[in-house]
Amino acid sequence: MSLIDSLPRRKAFSSEVDAGSREENASKQKSGAPFRSDRNGSSSSAPKLPKVDGLIPWIVPLAIVLVWQLACVTGFVPSRVLPAPTDVALAGWKLLLSGELVRNIWVSFWRASIGFVIGGGIGFAFGLANGLSQLSAKLTDTTLQMVRNIPHLALIPLVILWFGIDESAKLFLVALGVFFPIYLNTLHGIRTVDPQLIEMGRIYGMTDGELFRRVIFPGALPSIFVGLRFALGIMWLTLIVAETIAASSGLGYMAMQAREFMLIDVVVLSILIYALLGKLADSASRALERLTLSWHPAFQKK
Amino acid sequence: MQEALRFQSVDAEPVDRADIVVQARQLRRGSEGATRGLSLTIRGLRKSFGDNEVLRGIDLHIPSGQFVAIVGRSGCGKSTLLRLVAGLDAPTAGSIAFGETPRAQDVRVMFQEPRLLPWARVLSNVEVGLGRERSSADAQARAERALVEVGLGDKRGQWPSVLSGGQKQRVALARALVSQPRVLAFDEPLGALDALTRISMQQLLERVWRDQGFTAILVTHDVAEAVALADRVLVIEDGRIAQDVTIDLPRPRRRGSAELAALEGEILKHLLEGSEDTQ
Ligand SMILES: Nc1ncnc2c1ncn2[C@@H]1O[C@H](COP(=O)(O)OP(=O)(O)O)[C@@H](O)[C@H]1O
Ligand SMILES: [Mg+2]
Repeated sequence: MSLIDSLPRRKAFSSEVDAGSREENASKQKSGAPFRSDRNGSSSSAPKLPKVDGLIPWIVPLAIVLVWQLACVTGFVPSRVLPAPTDVALAGWKLLLSGELVRNIWVSFWRASIGFVIGGGIGFAFGLANGLSQLSAKLTDTTLQMVRNIPHLALIPLVILWFGIDESAKLFLVALGVFFPIYLNTLHGIRTVDPQLIEMGRIYGMTDGELFRRVIFPGALPSIFVGLRFALGIMWLTLIVAETIAASSGLGYMAMQAREFMLIDVVVLSILIYALLGKLADSASRALERLTLSWHPAFQKK
Repeated sequence: MQEALRFQSVDAEPVDRADIVVQARQLRRGSEGATRGLSLTIRGLRKSFGDNEVLRGIDLHIPSGQFVAIVGRSGCGKSTLLRLVAGLDAPTAGSIAFGETPRAQDVRVMFQEPRLLPWARVLSNVEVGLGRERSSADAQARAERALVEVGLGDKRGQWPSVLSGGQKQRVALARALVSQPRVLAFDEPLGALDALTRISMQQLLERVWRDQGFTAILVTHDVAEAVALADRVLVIEDGRIAQDVTIDLPRPRRRGSAELAALEGEILKHLLEGSEDTQ
């Protein structure tokens, strides 16, 4: 379906405009609807400054780093409160050379993804089942809604008792945290698919499988993505808390170790890396969204 | 054998000034496997929703290939009747019989909303109309032909969201036509369009009906539209057919002509009297 993406949708510049609109007129006459003005033809593209556009979001972060550096260098902020960006970068470089940084990032990343896949997978499965089957919904939805009201981080003491500070403790917490946003949004997405479209699919003889693949799933996808983005946020949050409390490796553990030895630059570094990973996950899900929801008016003309 | 059937349908068409063009079109379509419309017989049809008795005994025969318009006040059961004919709901009592047992793709409905899949390109949306034949080798070619038929051949790769209301409705028409149905039921398909788009859509409906020879059942609240397009106008009142008017005017009909206006006035008068009775 997305193979047809490559068809020309580009706006023409001045010299091409004439040819374009002539074509448009011709097609209007052919189609026998001379009164319709074509939306493609009438939208005017404002002059753009393409290079600057991409840089604008980075101006504020860069300015903050700059002010931060200045404040530290001038001694306005003591380095025991907040180390200068250059010190943080230096600490990062040292940890990178020793291999510690990569190892800890990898451990955290691994926990995050495995926990996410398990919790997200189960949440998605329950969302599908309860969205598609009345029986399944009656059987499990109330129970799940009750469990939802327990803040999953409140389970940490219990989880430590059950699993110790084993890997499974962190995976369990991440999976539990990720489960609900995925479950709820998948369910909501499926329940709110336009019933008229479903009726249309049935009229045109779609089998259950086809109906799911061509109507229900694509219709639920925008909502599923909302759940995905929520879940990614919760995933990092859960992991940070779990790793600072009960772990012997990972970014959170690295930060806690650094705190014991008063290495404030490493603490700040860990926080920044968490932020970066969070941003990365969000960007990845946005890219996926843009790719699969290219039909959606919100993702067109950009 | 199929050929013979098709030529019969040409003969059955009303003859008028443009008959040569129509015959040429029929011949052209002939090689593409067009079929003629199915006749339809409804007997003692009733439909209730709980205590609400909507249809109270409809008896009706629609000959093969006829263009029937159904008018009536809002809530009188027009959509209900159409859904019964299309097999979307089951009647409470009575029967609906077609001249031949229709296959699934022989009866198609078009609604007021285009009901296009927003996540499928225009061409894929039309392919949906092929029903079980969606995966056949010539599916795409057939869908493209149907799009050209409604004048949207150049929009095949667009998303539905960039189309205008009239264009969306034409895609929905192409989707309904692509399986070459023998009965096509329309539930106020032009109700949401502006006046000018409506007129060009009416002309398109009339053209494809003449090209393909299906039996057309058009529900509309616009009496002018009904008399302009149909061979016969049915007025539904109190769950029954209150009036059955034959529109015996040559095609193409000129909008705003005196004959059309007179017929429209007569039907409207009846409708208005009916509403005064009940108030
Ligand atoms: N699925 C349904 N359940 C209950 N009542 C219905 C249903 N569909 C239609 N009705 C009722 O049937 C009557 C006729 O509806 P409808 O056929 O849609 O009228 P219209 O002539 O405006 O198309 C209305 O009173 C409506 O409330
Ligand atoms: Mg209706």
